[in-house]
Amino acid sequence: MSRDLVIKDLHISVQEKPIIKGLNLTVKQGEIHALMGPNGSGKSTLANSLMGHPLYDIDSGEVIFNGIDILELEPNERAKLGLFLAFQYPTAIPGVSMANFLRLAVSAVRAKDGNGSGNDELIPMREFRRELRAKMKQLGIDDSFARRYLNDGFSGGEKKRAEILQLAMLEPQIAILDETDSGLDIDAIRVVGESVSQLIGPELGVLIITHYPRLLDYIRPQFVHILLDGQIVESGGWELTQMLEAEGYDPIREKHDITEE
Amino acid sequence: MANSETNTMKELGMSQEYQYGFHDDVKPTFKSRKGLDEEVINQMCDIKGEPDWMRQYRLDAYKIFKQKPMTRWGGDLTQLDFDDIYYYVKASDRSERSWDDVPDDIKNTFDRLGIPEAERKFLAGVGAQYDSEVVYHNIVEELEKIGVIFLDTDTAVKEYPDLVKKYFGTIIPSADNQFAALNSAAWSGGSFVYVPPGVKVEYPLQAYFRINSENMGQFERTLIIADEGSQVHYVEGCTAPTFSSQSLHSAVVEIVCMKGSRVRYTTIQNWANNVYNLVTKRAFAYEDAQMEWVDGNLGSKLTMKYPSVYMMEPGARGDILSIAFASKGQHQDAGAKVYHCAPHTTSQITSKSISKDGGRSSYRGWVDVAKGAKGCKSHVVCDALILDKDSRSDTYPVIEIGENDTNIEHEARVSKIGEEQLFYLMSRGLSEEEASTMIVNGFIEPLVKELPMEYAVEMNRLIQLQMEGSVG
Repeated sequence: MSRDLVIKDLHISVQEKPIIKGLNLTVKQGEIHALMGPNGSGKSTLANSLMGHPLYDIDSGEVIFNGIDILELEPNERAKLGLFLAFQYPTAIPGVSMANFLRLAVSAVRAKDGNGSGNDELIPMREFRRELRAKMKQLGIDDSFARRYLNDGFSGGEKKRAEILQLAMLEPQIAILDETDSGLDIDAIRVVGESVSQLIGPELGVLIITHYPRLLDYIRPQFVHILLDGQIVESGGWELTQMLEAEGYDPIREKHDITEE
Repeated sequence: MANSETNTMKELGMSQEYQYGFHDDVKPTFKSRKGLDEEVINQMCDIKGEPDWMRQYRLDAYKIFKQKPMTRWGGDLTQLDFDDIYYYVKASDRSERSWDDVPDDIKNTFDRLGIPEAERKFLAGVGAQYDSEVVYHNIVEELEKIGVIFLDTDTAVKEYPDLVKKYFGTIIPSADNQFAALNSAAWSGGSFVYVPPGVKVEYPLQAYFRINSENMGQFERTLIIADEGSQVHYVEGCTAPTFSSQSLHSAVVEIVCMKGSRVRYTTIQNWANNVYNLVTKRAFAYEDAQMEWVDGNLGSKLTMKYPSVYMMEPGARGDILSIAFASKGQHQDAGAKVYHCAPHTTSQITSKSISKDGGRSSYRGWVDVAKGAKGCKSHVVCDALILDKDSRSDTYPVIEIGENDTNIEHEARVSKIGEEQLFYLMSRGLSEEEASTMIVNGFIEPLVKELPMEYAVEMNRLIQLQMEGSVG
């Protein structure tokens, strides 16, 4: 079965204001795409909508994943199909340990029966621990992470590494990284970038959303897209990031006659 | 339902719709008539064979009870009819109910909670032959070797009259409040614990080890004396729903923490939804003693319970951790009281409440610092979680400070389950119900991690049950 993520002519509004205005994009398993754009271009709206955030209204268009239109599905159903979103601002869940949360999440996603119902089908503790420990070691994450409460009191860098750990455990086919580099210093970007690059392979398609090319030094995309005013206005390869680094978004705005908002 | 059963139900003061309406085969050898008066009390004393001082104590308390006006604060007590209650039913006769008569949904609940077979039968009022009686006797033997007394209070009155008489009613006098007076007049069962100086009891003393006595009575009376430098953890209750044919439960718990002692008292209660649970709990902590209340309240129609610590001498410390879960038709009026009667005393109150499906939870707290009690510290944290717009949470904190040199902090937070939290967890594959349950379990984690392991596991499962069907 095709595990591609296919976005067709997607229109999204927030509180009746159009944000995404006819977006087309296909991310195939094993490919790495970068979607770049300035603040306010609609990047996070797209990322959250693809995962099914209730705040966003889909006006028209299709998002096909695993061969089915996922726009009517709940976020957990999308997750079970193999879609993952690494959040720009991961939410803290006080009192819930990373390990307990991940065990339930991994069990739910692997059950893939549409309606995982809690403790009855949890993967065995021993098996889960072994896997968690191996993945944390691979990503250079300290064992104590497993006992900490999910994102509660985490530094910016820790939150992003926690997202990458979840990505590693949930083993999705397509992962969207929403501004994973935001709020991080150069060292933290390197750590996160190297972690992600370890997970990349033929089984994983990645859509990296960013306005800042630094992360891409560690995760080299094959495809680069530029998002301006809710549409992809340029698609190309690595050279686009070089051009952005040198000249910024203004030449592209002028070329497409888009005024800054 | 057959007519005779209907009548029995009526007699017991239960409506026919009472959801846990057990088929009732109880044939009490003795049951007092409804209502309370001197004659009923005398009858009770005769049957128990109580000494005269206790008879007099009860009769005096009854006089006080008659004089007390109906409590008008806290929850709604207007439906409570004191004349429509049996005050004394001999407990050993509750056991003839057959397991087959226990409704399936209750059996299912036990299943889901993972309650052991033998325990289930007891909890459903079936098991007279519960194996733990043997366990209990072994424990009592072990405890006797180190001088610890652990008995039901009725037995203690007979076997240790001097010790009981010395402390009984000294922490909570009959005149303290209407329900303390009622309990003092009508009490039965409860636990008596004495820990000698310097003795540390290594494992929690669990009330349900002595289930064949009258510990599940409606007017339990518990007295714990921790002598100098001793240490003990007492656990009562159980997370399984406690089914009761009686609609009023009014316990009194008195604790004496002598110099340098440390007492922890843990309660998890999950009464059936027809029950008024009106409890007075108080501890006196002397020099450098530490008292901890861990109090979890689920179920009941109305709970009014505010465990308190009086810090009587310098260095005393009182910690109270309270949690309340109010669901449909329930009002949890819970909280804590701390009285700094001496200098350099410290208290910490942590209250967590959850309201759901129109339930109401209230925090009612009292922090008192006496004049001259210099250098006291008190820290109060109240967190309320409201799960839907029909539910309600209130906070009624009172702080009375008679001394300038003191440090009091009060924090209160009310939160709702955030859309962002739900979305985050659901994006990882959790259903909305699983996500909400996880958030609620996280919210009460500070309490759960203080519980003995088996209670913690049950507590989490119970929250899961409570949350089922609450969303979507």
